[in-house]
Amino acid sequence: MAQSFGSKRTVVGAHYGLRDWLSQRVTAALMALFTLALIVQVLLPGEMGYDKWAGIFAHQWMKLLTFVVIVALLVHVWVGMRDVLMDYVKGVGTRLTLQMATIVWLVGCAGWAIQVLWRL
Amino acid sequence: MRLVDALGYRLPLAGLVSILHRASGMLMFLLLPFIIWMFDTSLTSEISYSQFTAVFAHGAGFVPGWFFKLVALALIWAYLHHLIAGLRHLWMDATHAVTLQFGRQSAIVTLVVSVLLTLVLGAKLFLS
Repeated sequence: MAQSFGSKRTVVGAHYGLRDWLSQRVTAALMALFTLALIVQVLLPGEMGYDKWAGIFAHQWMKLLTFVVIVALLVHVWVGMRDVLMDYVKGVGTRLTLQMATIVWLVGCAGWAIQVLWRL
Repeated sequence: MRLVDALGYRLPLAGLVSILHRASGMLMFLLLPFIIWMFDTSLTSEISYSQFTAVFAHGAGFVPGWFFKLVALALIWAYLHHLIAGLRHLWMDATHAVTLQFGRQSAIVTLVVSVLLTLVLGAKLFLS
C-alpha cells in the first residue's frame, strides 16, 4: 500500500497550495511597502492639497510601485477570494460562477486603476 | 458540521481576528470601485480633486457627506485590520511563533491597534 505520510508519501493534488501561499505573502509584502512609502510621503511637511497629493504620484518610481501594487492586489485578492469561495460555497456550479464573476470584477477594476495611473 | 453547530462553540480572540481578516478583505473587494473612484478623482486634475473633497464635505445627489465619510472610515478600519492581521501571519510564518499564548496576545494587539488607529483617523476625518 502506498505510504500516505513522510518524505516517501505519494503526492496527490493540484500542487498549487505552496504557490498560492507564497504569492499571497509576496504580494502582501509589496502592498505593505507601498503603504509605508505612501504614509511617509503624506507625513512630509507641507499642507495637504492637490499639488502635494498629485506630486507624490508624479515620481516615476512611485508610478512604477503603484503599477506593481495594482498587479499584486489582483493576485492577492484572487487567492483570498478563491479561498473564501472554496470554504463557504459548496455547490460546484455556484462556486465556478462566483469565481468567474470575481475574475471579471478584479480584471475590470485593475484595468480601470491602471488607466487612471497611465494618464497621470 | 453545520453553521448552527459551529455557533455553539465559544470563538477565541484569534478566531475573531481570523474571521474579521476575511470580512475586511471581502469588504474591500466589494468596495474596490469606490476605492478606484477615489484614486481617480483625487489625482486626475485640480478640478476633479475639488469634486472629490466636495463629495465628503457636502455629499453627492441625495447621499449626505457623512455617509461617504462613514464608508471611508469602514475602509480605513478594514485596511488597518487586514494589514496588521497579515503582518501577524507573516511574523508567525517567519518565526514559527505558534504558542497558544502568542496567538492570544497578538490577536489582542491586532484588535486594539487597528481600532485605536481607526479612531484617530476617524477623528481627523470627521472633526477637521
